[in-house]
Amino acid sequence: MNSFPSPQLSWNVIADVRALLEYPFMVQAFRAGIIVAILAGIVGWFMVLRRQSFAGHTLAVVGFPGATAAVLIGVSSTYGFYAFSVAAALVIAMLANPGGSRTSESAVVGTVQAFALAFGFLCYTLYGGFASSIGALLFGSFLGITSNQVAVLAAVTLAVVAGLAAIGRPLYFATVDPDVALANGVPLRTLSTFYLIILGLTAGAVSQITGALLVFALLVAPAAAAQRLSLRPLISLAWSVVLAVAIVVTSLSLAYYYPYPLGTFVTTIALVTYLIVRVVRQ
Amino acid sequence: MIASIDLLHLLSQPFLRNALLAGIAISLLGGLVGYFVVLRAQVFATDALSHAAFTGTLAALAAGVEPRFGLFAATIGVGLAIGALGDRGRADDVIIGIAFAWVLGLGVLFLSLYATGRGASNGTASTAALFGSIFGLSSGQAKFAAGLAMVLIVLLLTIARPLLFASIDEAVAAARDIPVRRLGVVFLGIVGATAAEATQAVGALLLLGLVAAPAGTALLITDRPFVGLAVSGGLATGSTVIGLLVSAEVPRVPPSFAIVAMATAAYALTWLVTLWRRRIT
Repeated sequence: MNSFPSPQLSWNVIADVRALLEYPFMVQAFRAGIIVAILAGIVGWFMVLRRQSFAGHTLAVVGFPGATAAVLIGVSSTYGFYAFSVAAALVIAMLANPGGSRTSESAVVGTVQAFALAFGFLCYTLYGGFASSIGALLFGSFLGITSNQVAVLAAVTLAVVAGLAAIGRPLYFATVDPDVALANGVPLRTLSTFYLIILGLTAGAVSQITGALLVFALLVAPAAAAQRLSLRPLISLAWSVVLAVAIVVTSLSLAYYYPYPLGTFVTTIALVTYLIVRVVRQ
Repeated sequence: MIASIDLLHLLSQPFLRNALLAGIAISLLGGLVGYFVVLRAQVFATDALSHAAFTGTLAALAAGVEPRFGLFAATIGVGLAIGALGDRGRADDVIIGIAFAWVLGLGVLFLSLYATGRGASNGTASTAALFGSIFGLSSGQAKFAAGLAMVLIVLLLTIARPLLFASIDEAVAAARDIPVRRLGVVFLGIVGATAAEATQAVGALLLLGLVAAPAGTALLITDRPFVGLAVSGGLATGSTVIGLLVSAEVPRVPPSFAIVAMATAAYALTWLVTLWRRRIT
């Protein structure tokens, strides 16, 4: 039946790497994966610091209805991911703040999330019959990434990193000590909205590789581990990027050699990385 | 007139009666449990349980066991574990986040094992676990779900007073000899069982629509805890009944979407009204 020998991992590292990069689709996957990992490492670092993991998860989940709605009206799912994630970021920024306690905020976020998924499911049902790709949208796929997709990912990453570089210092200040920052005239609300938009763009980008439901692993685990590795912001930020890239590259390589889903590798390696760092740096 | 005849005809269909029986009981449970979930700021933990529900179902399917067994074992187990591990019964964000992403990753693994093992298409099994298939419940399944929901509601109502006290002011409650920690663990166990129940109605991914939305609405409407609890349960049940009827009338709309859309619409409307009232006063 199977006329192609499935790839085998050997002890010859050079041969392994050469085999990995033999097919254009894997090269494309590595390009996209590394770009997404850099983005997730940086933006996730601020997300963990600001304790907005739940919002980040929601923004990623909202990408799913974006993608199915885009497919339903005949547009590329890439644009759906971005459009819906950014729109949801604006909604959360608008709804969550006015006089709201943290309790009502999490109820809002949870409801937005459930409704988004339900709406995505509705679009999926109305479109009828792309049963296999619902798995890719939710749990990720590294097959068939186009060079156009990689170009868009790179452009979004550049824009987000430039934006974060511009607001990085005040954002860090506002996150670590909001009261003092406010007293010093830092515009907290504007910063927070701006950051949520950045988080939305990132979630949209990362979803395309890890799937809408597993974005979280890449946003949280490297960042949380990095913040245990160093207390100095820039060094810890660098750790976060390095760990995210390492997680993605390892997962893609394993997914190439073993017949199990990419999402399983990404989430497992992310968890193990975080646990090791936690144990070592107690 | 025509609509009411139509409705009567619909109600004579066994699939809809089963769905209504299970749906009403489950959503009442979801609304009541959800009120405490929102009050205790454990929406995030509940979300983690929904992922455990997906993985539990698929693990049971991959192992060839009754899926409901895996479903309940996973959610109650994870609920109790979060309660026991987390700081004083409330778990911290990062750990829940990473762990639940991993749980989903495992679920995908079981999905691929199940699909390759049976050679079957994996679309239906995973879609049912993720987004629910309440119209597919058999009479036996519906009765079991409704009976269990009743037991859980009674259990919740018996611990409601001390739980409310512990949720609002943990320190004072502890000083008054209320076993705050044990209550928290028991409560998360109930939330786990609720997640498993709700998975059968609206699916693992949409259960926050039954748990968070009605409770959030109730908290906007009233500050009085027991009134809020009743409002939350009522809203959840109402959303389910209307959602099921809408979906039965318009078969292209899946029931889980209709239910969650109703609950969300109620929340959005209440929010707008609250905002408008604040403007006036």
